[in-house]
Amino acid sequence: MIDSLTQFLNEHWDLIISLVKIMLLVFIVLTVNAYLTWFERKVVAHMQSRWGPHRVGPHGLLQPAADGLKFLLKEDPTPNGVDKFTYYLAPLMALALALTSIAIIPFGPDPIVLLGHKIYLGIVDLNIGLLALFAITALSVYGVALAGWSSNSKYPLLGGLRSSAQMVSYELALTMSVVGVLLMAGSFSLRDIINVQALHAERGLFAWNVFPQILGFLCFFIAAVAETNRVPFDLPEAESELVAGFHTEYSSFKFAMFFIAEYTSMITVSSLCAIMFFGGWLSPFPLSWTFTHYLPSLILIPFGLWVIWDGIRYETIFGRIILPGVGTVITLIGAVLIALPVVNEFIQGPFWLLSKIFVFLFIYVWMRGTLPRFRYDQLMSFGWKLLLPVSLANVVITATIIMLRGH
Amino acid sequence: MNVPLIVFFALAAIAVLGAISLILQRHPIHSALSLIVVMVALAGLYLLMGAEFVAAAQIIVYGGAIMVLFVFVIMLLNAGAEERTSFSSLAKFAGLPLAIALMGCLAAAVAGSSERVQVAAQSGAPAPTKVLASQLFQEFVYPFELTSFLILVAIVGAMVLAQRDSKESHL
Amino acid sequence: MIPTNYYLILSAILFGLGVIAFIFRRNIITIFMSIELMLNAVNLAFVAFSQAWNHLSGQVFVLFVIVVAAAEAAVGLGIIILIQRNRQSLNVERVDLLKL
Repeated sequence: MIDSLTQFLNEHWDLIISLVKIMLLVFIVLTVNAYLTWFERKVVAHMQSRWGPHRVGPHGLLQPAADGLKFLLKEDPTPNGVDKFTYYLAPLMALALALTSIAIIPFGPDPIVLLGHKIYLGIVDLNIGLLALFAITALSVYGVALAGWSSNSKYPLLGGLRSSAQMVSYELALTMSVVGVLLMAGSFSLRDIINVQALHAERGLFAWNVFPQILGFLCFFIAAVAETNRVPFDLPEAESELVAGFHTEYSSFKFAMFFIAEYTSMITVSSLCAIMFFGGWLSPFPLSWTFTHYLPSLILIPFGLWVIWDGIRYETIFGRIILPGVGTVITLIGAVLIALPVVNEFIQGPFWLLSKIFVFLFIYVWMRGTLPRFRYDQLMSFGWKLLLPVSLANVVITATIIMLRGH
Repeated sequence: MNVPLIVFFALAAIAVLGAISLILQRHPIHSALSLIVVMVALAGLYLLMGAEFVAAAQIIVYGGAIMVLFVFVIMLLNAGAEERTSFSSLAKFAGLPLAIALMGCLAAAVAGSSERVQVAAQSGAPAPTKVLASQLFQEFVYPFELTSFLILVAIVGAMVLAQRDSKESHL
Repeated sequence: MIPTNYYLILSAILFGLGVIAFIFRRNIITIFMSIELMLNAVNLAFVAFSQAWNHLSGQVFVLFVIVVAAAEAAVGLGIIILIQRNRQSLNVERVDLLKL
């Protein structure tokens, strides 16, 4: 019985491991999305000198759970006269495409070796990884356009048309701005792009692609913010302009699906920025400075102690139990990393990648709290008349320099 | 019954069902969605054959740009479901069998072709994008530049055609 | 491996379905979409042959067909917009006179 089980496991190892990885990744991404909404509300609130959610749990940490319950239990009316098939298809498509794009992102360089098989961190590594990501981005225009049209109402239709026109326009600049990185890396695969930056890892920070490709990075980031319909490019879904744009007529879970799709594409864009321009899982310190390997523990242990100290003096009893518990877990993880060098070495790659993704997400939220939004004609002229020529110029300059240098 | 064969039949079935749905749907937006399904299924088939760049180009250009254009036009023109007008009785009775006969003739002509075509290719080895690109820019550079000129002509033509009426007297 | 014949039969079936859609539908936009379906069927045949003979020209030609289809779609949809504007109908049977 056990023999046949282990034999079955060995024969179909790839399939089983892929399924487990997919389930784990979907769970993690959905949880990160939920807490990303908490993070955004807290940060924007503190930038506006107010507190944000702080009642629902200690420091408002249970707010995403409350929001999720609300989305599930709210009434879900279908407006009159909608095109039923397209109305139900649009949020499904948006969510499915957004979640699929996470599958291509590699989270760490070294595989975990389990029972003689290697498990790489990242569901798949395609030869055409970057191209597949752009294909998924191209298809996600449909979620918006079909949602706006099928709602049988003026504001969603206008919002949907404007939003999809904006996404299609900035898609060109997005694709062009990445060509410089591709010329330097010589491959579409995301792991290869990081490995090419790792060739000069002894220079630490300066090996990253952002320094040669600063123009490309700026174009990519701006185009990606427009692609994901975030501030300052969120006119089609701004409340004061078009009610809520293309998702006006959607409520409860279908709206939650659009919401999750938007935040997931934010995470994808942040990880792409980190991978293509900022070295992915490479540390900013030169390779020879091995003492920096203790940085994760150095960050986790004081943070855990601070959470414990803050939790002991928290106002509600619930907070006084939960927060010290969370704090102890964080401190223990930090201590374990110091105690076990093998785990510490393994965790370096994912730690740096996740920190960079976190920094980009913070920049996204920061822009939301600070910048005013573009008017639609300003938005379109910016995309076509400024961003596209600049990214084309970047391609020409990069290609010329590579040709002259010969590498 | 190996896995590539199963994948081929699944993708082929999806493509054919999408095409049949294109014929049978009454509202043009549903036909457009069926066509997108056909294109994605074909992109899957290209991947199965190892043509990875063509598969990606199919989804990005065809599925992500051309079909978006179709969907935009359907939305802008507010195209509704087709009205049911009556066929001529000849078309009703002889039309569909003749059409299926045409399809059968095409398929039979291809299936019964010589043994040369039945070459099962060596492997699904992915054609490296580098080799494809070097061919495109060395052997086929002249058609490549011509197509860029063609796209320019198409853009100018589409803009002129879709202009507002006020300028029509000057055209 | 999958014999090339299978791909060619699928391509023939898709092309035939495109012809059927072209003949039987009355909405101009749907007719235009059936043209795109026929072009896709031809692309499939090209890539199948490119794999069979292990020669990349088939795939290069597919890229050109995709580009030409894009240009054609742009101009064709412009014409369709004009037809809708002038005759207020997207029914091909009403677009059978040179003068309105």
